[in-house]
Amino acid sequence: MSEGPRIGKDEWVARAGENIARNRLLRLFDRIPGWARLLAFVVGVALIPLITDDGYINAVVFDTLIFCLLAIGLNVVVGWGGLLDLGYIAFFGVGAYTYAILSSEKFDLHLTTPVVMVIAVVLGALLGFLVGLPSWRLVGDYLAIVTLFVYQIFISIVTNGHDLFGVDLTGGVNGIANLDPFDFFGLQIPVSHEGIFNSNYVYVALAVFVAVFVALYLVNHSRIGRSWRALREDTLAAELMGMPTDWLKLLAFAFGAAVAALTGSLFASLKVGVFPETFSLTLLITVYAMVILGGVGSQTGAVLGAVAVYVFLEALRDPDVSGWVFYVSIVLALLFLVRPRWMVAIVLAATAAFGFVVHAVVGAIDDSWTAGAPPDSDRITRLLDSWVAIPANPGDAKTLAYVSLVALLLFVTTLKGVWRWAALVPTLYLAAFVWENVLSLQPDVTRFVLLGAMLVGVMVTRPSGVLGEHRVEIV
Amino acid sequence: MDYDKLFQTLVNSATLGSTYALIALGYTIVYGILKLLNFAHGDVFMIGAYVGFGVLTVFGGAVDPSISIWLVLILMLLAAMACCAVLGVAIERFAYRPLRDAPRIAPLISALGVSFFLSYSVQLLFGAQHKTYDSFNMAGGKLYEPAVTVGSFTISWLRVITIVAAILLMVVLWYLVARTRIGKAMRATSIDRDAAAMMGIDIDRVIMFAFVLSGALAGAAGVLFALRTDIFPQMGFTPGLFAFTAAVIGGIGSIPGAMLGGILLGTVEALTVTYVTDWIGIPVGLSNLVIFSLLIVFMLIRPQGILGRPDITKV
Repeated sequence: MSEGPRIGKDEWVARAGENIARNRLLRLFDRIPGWARLLAFVVGVALIPLITDDGYINAVVFDTLIFCLLAIGLNVVVGWGGLLDLGYIAFFGVGAYTYAILSSEKFDLHLTTPVVMVIAVVLGALLGFLVGLPSWRLVGDYLAIVTLFVYQIFISIVTNGHDLFGVDLTGGVNGIANLDPFDFFGLQIPVSHEGIFNSNYVYVALAVFVAVFVALYLVNHSRIGRSWRALREDTLAAELMGMPTDWLKLLAFAFGAAVAALTGSLFASLKVGVFPETFSLTLLITVYAMVILGGVGSQTGAVLGAVAVYVFLEALRDPDVSGWVFYVSIVLALLFLVRPRWMVAIVLAATAAFGFVVHAVVGAIDDSWTAGAPPDSDRITRLLDSWVAIPANPGDAKTLAYVSLVALLLFVTTLKGVWRWAALVPTLYLAAFVWENVLSLQPDVTRFVLLGAMLVGVMVTRPSGVLGEHRVEIV
Repeated sequence: MDYDKLFQTLVNSATLGSTYALIALGYTIVYGILKLLNFAHGDVFMIGAYVGFGVLTVFGGAVDPSISIWLVLILMLLAAMACCAVLGVAIERFAYRPLRDAPRIAPLISALGVSFFLSYSVQLLFGAQHKTYDSFNMAGGKLYEPAVTVGSFTISWLRVITIVAAILLMVVLWYLVARTRIGKAMRATSIDRDAAAMMGIDIDRVIMFAFVLSGALAGAAGVLFALRTDIFPQMGFTPGLFAFTAAVIGGIGSIPGAMLGGILLGTVEALTVTYVTDWIGIPVGLSNLVIFSLLIVFMLIRPQGILGRPDITKV
């Protein structure tokens, strides 16, 4: 990335450069036809419940599909329409609350789920139109901020919805509990089957996903989809070509909102209840991360991003797996970033040696600095135990180590040549130290710390996302 | 009409508004130069509050400090301003600078990532539970004693300190921007970055300076804000949102606009919480609904803000 304004660099040249830079593997992936990719994905997902009865895994698959749906819905607004919609999660919430109100004990309404879904979609689309209206006058950051207000309004309505002009609509912070399970015109799918998660939900979610995916694919390849792209690239030019840009923006909002609301109703059908805190800003940023990491504007990218991010976040939650995920991602990141590749081996070997030396020295000075290793040990922890210093009582050293790690990481990126490799060694060791002493102890916070860092990292190294081929400009 | 209540509300709004104005200035300075909505700014403000807490703890806490509590307060402000200035510069250098020529969505997402990273890092290191400066017991409760008394109506020391500190900082800022060389360079850069670069202005330095100013103001605002409320890792979000709106209402990129917007927004918030929810007959919890609806309507009517110039789209 060059400093200052680049004068005289043709857009086409820039893009050709990007295309050449695309990895060979990615280009191979591009050559697989869309339907084959979708088929492979569907078959792969459909096989999982057949292979395993594990309720946890099947529940993760269901949630992953929910996130896939959310990601392809957001991709319509952000990727295709080029409109920054920060109120997206509100529509997801509207869908979930629609289900909760129409299909629970709350008002003793027990509508069948397909009907609820249709209502949710219509309601979502209408609200999308409404929220999209400011896009007629506002663009870019202003639109983002107004949609964020809409999100705030949604949150404030649902958290105070137990007393809306004397009516208890949403149950306030306690939400709405005891929802009906998915019900297809009388055919009910209980949430759990003999105490474990009912894997039929995976198939329901898969069916909804395929329907939405194909529908959006068709929309994108229709007149509307082409106009969206024109709108995204240059609103003014599109308008001069006679495209109804205002309506197109509304349509993008409505499509995104309808998908989110549909997903919300599907999501609620599985859950015991819906609560305001589910629809947090964290969720919004997670969905954004999925779409962005996959590559804005690419439907496949959004799905892959959703799968990768959600599986990554779930894996970090499990203490048995999270250590592996952390160390393997570090090695993968090194392989991806470090050239020449054999340098990776040297750096890793140096880090290992450095670690044993530090461990020995620190242990010799004061025993308590290496005495805090966990008692339970599988092979990886035993090996790590003689490598990473784990103080019996880390105290303030934790904060210090964490802050130094961040500073050191940033510092390494500014170094060049041999110094970079040299500085990478203590950085990696410090990373392992911080992981063992701070990060691995609080998986629920760590996942989001890493997600935030990953967002910045990916943006800085590859602003168009991993699979993105379009330079998406928000209008 | 209950005038005491009205006056009290107006004083509340001035305190709230001056804090918003400080944060809003940070948004406006950065936006003026980079055209970037710095989503991480609210979290820089939160870090400022935590730095203040750290300094307070080092000197023995609010009740029994090892040196004079007034000195501690000044140190807290200075430390928070320094740390946040450094943080701001670091964020710019590593998260925004590589993206200066990228499509506009990229730095926005990067900013979201930084915001996420900062708030969850603080949660990781210091926990999610609320902490407090315990300003109620600071200097034997002196902060809550009346400083100004007019008839039956009083203003506490806490509010006087907040408002005076905010005004002082704004005067310093005004001096820096209006009367110094680097301030002139900043103004030139905000009008036309490329032209400024061609006139020999070091753009990187100007942008760095903008982040120093914006960070320092956010740090100070964090400490002042935390004197009145609890601190917790996500505390930056709502004030950040309000302050950005204040900057937009005043006219983004305009420094007097940010001050005006801050005060105005503080007033609207205080009046809504005290009066408007009562008139409409909705619970106070829904005051956000009214405030945000008003803001949306305002943005639609006058998107360029009170003191801003409308954006002219060039083809």
